[in-house]
Amino acid sequence: MTVHEHDVELHVNGESHRLTLETRRTLADVLRHELGLFGTNLGCEHGICGACTVIVEGAAARSCLMFGVQADGCDVETVEGLAEGQELNDLQQAFSRHHALQCGFCTPGFLMLGTSLLREERIYSREEIIEIVSSNLCRCTGYQGIVNAVVEVQGRRRVDS
Amino acid sequence: MIYHAHPRPKTGSKSHGRRRESHEWPRDAPVKPAPFRYLRPESLHEALVHLTEHGDEAKILAGGQSLVAMMNLRLARPSLVIDIGGLKGLSYIREDEHGVTIGALTRHRHLEHYPAPLSGFEVLPTAAELVGHYSIRGRGTFGGSMAHADSAAEWCVLASLFEAQMVATSQRGDRTIPVEDFFLGLFSTALTPEEVLTEVNLTSSYEHTALHEYARRRGDFAVVTAAVGFDLDKGTIRRPRVVLGGVADRPVVTAAAQSVLEGAKPEAQVFEDAGRAAAASLQTTDDIHADAGLRRDLSASLIRSALASAMERRDGRA
Repeated sequence: MTVHEHDVELHVNGESHRLTLETRRTLADVLRHELGLFGTNLGCEHGICGACTVIVEGAAARSCLMFGVQADGCDVETVEGLAEGQELNDLQQAFSRHHALQCGFCTPGFLMLGTSLLREERIYSREEIIEIVSSNLCRCTGYQGIVNAVVEVQGRRRVDS
Repeated sequence: MIYHAHPRPKTGSKSHGRRRESHEWPRDAPVKPAPFRYLRPESLHEALVHLTEHGDEAKILAGGQSLVAMMNLRLARPSLVIDIGGLKGLSYIREDEHGVTIGALTRHRHLEHYPAPLSGFEVLPTAAELVGHYSIRGRGTFGGSMAHADSAAEWCVLASLFEAQMVATSQRGDRTIPVEDFFLGLFSTALTPEEVLTEVNLTSSYEHTALHEYARRRGDFAVVTAAVGFDLDKGTIRRPRVVLGGVADRPVVTAAAQSVLEGAKPEAQVFEDAGRAAAASLQTTDDIHADAGLRRDLSASLIRSALASAMERRDGRA
């Protein structure tokens, strides 16, 4: 059977990688299995649960809904890029403080979703943040901790800027 | 929690990844997308050349928020995928005296955050908020949703409301398809295999517009969608248009509701009668999401509430 492959270059968390990818591989699987970045998780593989959320060219994207070859030449950010060495970033620390995670399976997706919305110019109300985080599935926490963490970090980052 | 990358597969030099052996990925087991050829044309012209040659076996990939999900489940198995998602010059929102023109690659997000009221088409940004979720809206495209042709989809229903002219482009040039001839059935449009949708012209504006939908959860696919538009002339409704999605294999214009509204006062009883008239005239079916009776009830209720919203605010925001 013919294998359809393309040579691509992905820029992931600031590092460039030249890869030869089969076209049918999703970005999620490429990040995990070609690059060993297992932080991004697969929950449903059809775009419903958001566990696979990463940031592509600055926008939150469900990596199960992209083929790796589509990301040729693109900047991709995953959860592995948030911490500075051993030091968790402010959003990760807030998640910890607010009990925004239990099993942790959905957490990378929420962190990247949160990172994406926190970068925007506009200030989101608590209701709007609830709306946005409700788009990812969490079975453990009941979402309040996630909302509280994002609200707190939005407030802090605004003050500091 | 710190996520450590697992040790990278051994490579010769840092800049080359190791190619996974093909036997490591199940190809004949029905998991993951089925194999396909992939082309990323650098121009619309190049895309059209490919379509002319391979259109029968190809699917256009724009935002991928519908197509890739279907391919993951193997509900779609195109042998060729033509990726136009990065093409420049097809993402725009233009207003002029004729109406609003939207480029097919405009992301839902751009409509959601359009910085000015789209006079005569005010419901567009409000409706954009209902499309999928935050992450979906950042990648999914207006034209992609249209070409996917889910009858309950917000853009498909609004294309019908605003009497859209759909511009289909092939190597032979542009062909304009009126919306009533565009949606042919479930996930089926009048686009030929050589054509790609490049632009949608919304031509029929209204002073008051609204779109209401019912979904099990916010962000789910809508079960029934109702879009309304009308003008007011000396306190009387003129030029009413009422479109329902999710009740048939394509958006449905409900003449029965429109007859009730034309020349009537914009009052609660009139809105309720319009909804009832639409429900009574509806030919609809049962499916896993709702039976016909529920679809009729939803149609009546959503039409009534959409009309009320359209009266309260020009953009129908609840």
